[in-house]
Amino acid sequence: MTESTYRIQGATGDWEVVIGLEIHAQVTSNSKLFSSSATAFGAEPNTQVSLIDAAMPGMLPVPNGECIRQAVRTGMAIDAQINKWSRFDRKNYFYADLPQGYQISQLYHPLVGEGSLTIEADEKAGIPETKVIGIERIHVEQDAGKLMHDQHPTMSYVDLNRSGVALMEIVSRPDMRSPAEAGAYVSKLRTILRYVGSCDGNMDQGSMRCDVNVSVRKPGDEFGTRTETKNVNSVRFVMQTIEHEANRQVDVIEGGGKIVQETRLFDPNTGTTRSMRSKEDAHDYRYFPDPDLLPLELDDAFLEECRASLPELPDAKRARYEGELGLSTYNAAVLTADVDTFGWFEALLAETATAQGKAPAEVAKQAANWLISELFGALNKLGRSLAESPISPQQAAELLALVGKGTISGSIAKQVLEIMLETGDGAGVIVEREGLKQESDTGAIEAKVDEILAANGDKVEQYRGGKVALFGFFVGQTMKAMQGKANPQVVNEILKSRLG
Amino acid sequence: MTEITDLGVAAIRDGVAAGQFSAAEVAEAFNANVAAAQGALNAFIVATPQKALEAAKTVDDARAKGEALGPMAGVPIGMKDLFATDGVQTSAASHMLEGFVPRYESTVSRKLWEAGAGMLGKLNLDQFAMGSSNESSHFGAVVSPWRRPGSNAPLTAGGSSGGSSAAIAARLAPAATGTDTGGSIRQPAAYTGTTGIKPTYGRCSRWGVVAYASSLDQAGAMARDVTDCAIMLESMAGFDPKDATSLDMPVPNWTASLSGDLRGKKVGIPREYRVEGMAPEIEAMWEQGIAWARDAGAEVVEVSLPHTQYALAAYYIIAPAEASSNLARYDGVRYGLRDLPDGAGLQDMYAATRAAGFGAEVKRRILIGTYVLSAGFYDAYYTKAQKVRTLISQDFATAFEEVDVLLTPTAPTAAFALGENQDDPVAMYLNDVFTVPASLAGLPAMSVPAGLDAQGLPLGLQIIGRPLDEQGVLNAGLAIESQAQFGTRPERWW
Repeated sequence: MTESTYRIQGATGDWEVVIGLEIHAQVTSNSKLFSSSATAFGAEPNTQVSLIDAAMPGMLPVPNGECIRQAVRTGMAIDAQINKWSRFDRKNYFYADLPQGYQISQLYHPLVGEGSLTIEADEKAGIPETKVIGIERIHVEQDAGKLMHDQHPTMSYVDLNRSGVALMEIVSRPDMRSPAEAGAYVSKLRTILRYVGSCDGNMDQGSMRCDVNVSVRKPGDEFGTRTETKNVNSVRFVMQTIEHEANRQVDVIEGGGKIVQETRLFDPNTGTTRSMRSKEDAHDYRYFPDPDLLPLELDDAFLEECRASLPELPDAKRARYEGELGLSTYNAAVLTADVDTFGWFEALLAETATAQGKAPAEVAKQAANWLISELFGALNKLGRSLAESPISPQQAAELLALVGKGTISGSIAKQVLEIMLETGDGAGVIVEREGLKQESDTGAIEAKVDEILAANGDKVEQYRGGKVALFGFFVGQTMKAMQGKANPQVVNEILKSRLG
Repeated sequence: MTEITDLGVAAIRDGVAAGQFSAAEVAEAFNANVAAAQGALNAFIVATPQKALEAAKTVDDARAKGEALGPMAGVPIGMKDLFATDGVQTSAASHMLEGFVPRYESTVSRKLWEAGAGMLGKLNLDQFAMGSSNESSHFGAVVSPWRRPGSNAPLTAGGSSGGSSAAIAARLAPAATGTDTGGSIRQPAAYTGTTGIKPTYGRCSRWGVVAYASSLDQAGAMARDVTDCAIMLESMAGFDPKDATSLDMPVPNWTASLSGDLRGKKVGIPREYRVEGMAPEIEAMWEQGIAWARDAGAEVVEVSLPHTQYALAAYYIIAPAEASSNLARYDGVRYGLRDLPDGAGLQDMYAATRAAGFGAEVKRRILIGTYVLSAGFYDAYYTKAQKVRTLISQDFATAFEEVDVLLTPTAPTAAFALGENQDDPVAMYLNDVFTVPASLAGLPAMSVPAGLDAQGLPLGLQIIGRPLDEQGVLNAGLAIESQAQFGTRPERWW
């Protein structure tokens, strides 16, 4: 494996950066990990709080099977060991956003063990080859509530809507060596989570948050002391955190200082990190098995159901797009990057194949090229995402079928698409109404060709004299005379035979 | 005619059903006893005479309409103040939760009300159920209706369910709920000449019961005799999807299968329970119990529970460990006491609230629990204690391969005077020496009154059964009860 060449240039030489990420991903489920409260984002404060979430006296947690199922499916999607026996532990500490005075988590026996994911080569980003990043574990735990410091001049308020919401903590190995690799890892993980449907991956809403562990060393040395920067909430910020933190650490070490193991905070406004608490102030969490909960035991039927419910995953899908559908590496990567895109593409592909009576593989390139170069561009101008596209895959397939059958040319298809986006009408209707149908009637084309040749006798002479490049001129004139509606192939044939 | 308040659960229920008296008359009679005894015995934290009457009227109306009556219909009971009761203060006998009125009902109390029982009030207990004498209650200790002859020194009614035991012994209630973590039903029952059963861990839902030590806490029934306990426990037990440790299995009809005939049964006598320095009276009573078991047809054999001597130490690690975490929620943020000194920050509020809200014994256990779970000590204490717990369970499993039930004394002494053990927590903890092992193993166990000591104070015998074999425990209890003929009751002085 080619290692990353990313280095921090210090006064004493090059430094290598070692990165491990702990990602908290909110499990997609209608209710919380141990209560039946709703989990919708953005609800009014304290409207999604049960007696359990508020830790009223005598309340007890009961595991929500759907959350466990989603975590198991996620584990399977990263090829991880699924532990059929796992257990919940209490992590004890006092804070106003933690009603129980402990977080129910899994320290000793996590639900998901060792797994991995692959990040793709990206020369431009400085990732020379695909790289496998180890994932140590995924455990399931409760989220805390949220403190609000801006509601009262001297007091803080607490919103418990998020208290008890299920999180997966996905812990990587310290396998990443550059901000780009870390960024690629977070993006890839987010893609997988979205494919699996176990987390919506919306980092701006906090449903995916990153704790970034960074250390530096001289290449080949032992790992250095790491710092952990908490709750970084975008891919860009993760990369900034690493960049800043690695440089800071190099400066500290080269200035004769020592890196202390500590928790830090990232400030998005300055792009820097600052110390939150040192190891000496670290809590003693007094983990112990939660006596309110029995060990979690999964049977084979449950695991089988989880496995069977997994969709085709990004790597497999991309390989299939390249192999079976014959798409370019670039197109396959673009189309599999997220759930909305491949969903749209696959719907378009199915509709297109049906509309043209062909196998999907025969129309895949047409559909892929059109989607990436035509529709993406058009939506971009409108400032809309694919999910907000005013035209459906079915409508698009109708358009592509018109091109495929030679009814309209590719350039006319662009016009038709614009009209479709404006009016919402179907492609067939538009072509009829606007009279855009391509002319394949040889008689009509021959008549125009003859007119053009007659009017341009000099150029015909030059052509026949060897200036073959003028062929394009005749095609252009013919197309213009046909108002772009002539079948270009037919035009070519007629011109060739007339010009001899 | 016997006074209504001398009747037990079955007699009241049957009397109401037969129309011998109305449920309202029963409630009124007990309400009067509760009110009359409150100043002297302090058994209740809150009396709810109106609740008792309302429930009684519902039963009387139902009867008048010819509707079917529940198994506890017309029986007013005391509710240990550890069970959340909708609209009625639930304090766990603490300052922390003084004035806390939940808007929810514990599963166990709800089931009892559904069975037709009514609530006389919330019974006093050791604060957060931590204690063996009721002296840790924020609302003052319960005073036992029992006294030593010629002495008016107040005695303990036991703990933590001391309000329950005192109320039953003093005829303030025919029955009461209890909870048992290390002996908190059985020891108070033994000290007051009453009967109490702690079922298999998981039989009764813990939902809505203020938690002390989750892996040990178990609700149970306390009453005047074995039959009444069986009736009441049937109404309390049952699977609850709101408690992940609740047992998902049907509740047997224990009452219908009650039998004191022990022919064909083997009763085990654990040799390790003959602790050094055991009072001769306790030993004699135990011998008497063995004889009664034989008379009832049982074969009596000696068995060994070799790890018994480590049980108390393991218990006083595991229970405080869980408690230290369970009680973290009492932080002054959302409910209960909040002590917010001027200019205080969050940490100051925690400290002030918890310093003021918890009593000395609760603080002691939180400190012990925090210590045994802390980094560097966890394995030496908590992990080790869990291993001991496993060994103790194995001891019982081995013994139960040979015998059907175990017979032991419930407590090493009769009731002591209030204040007697207060300066020595370890002496206090020793009260639990016979009851703790069954708690650690989650086994059903009960105490039945067996006789009086030389001072005329009640002594109890404990029966421990196999997991889920409440029937075996109740039957052996019935055999002891019918031979012991414990008819004595405290002379009324209050």
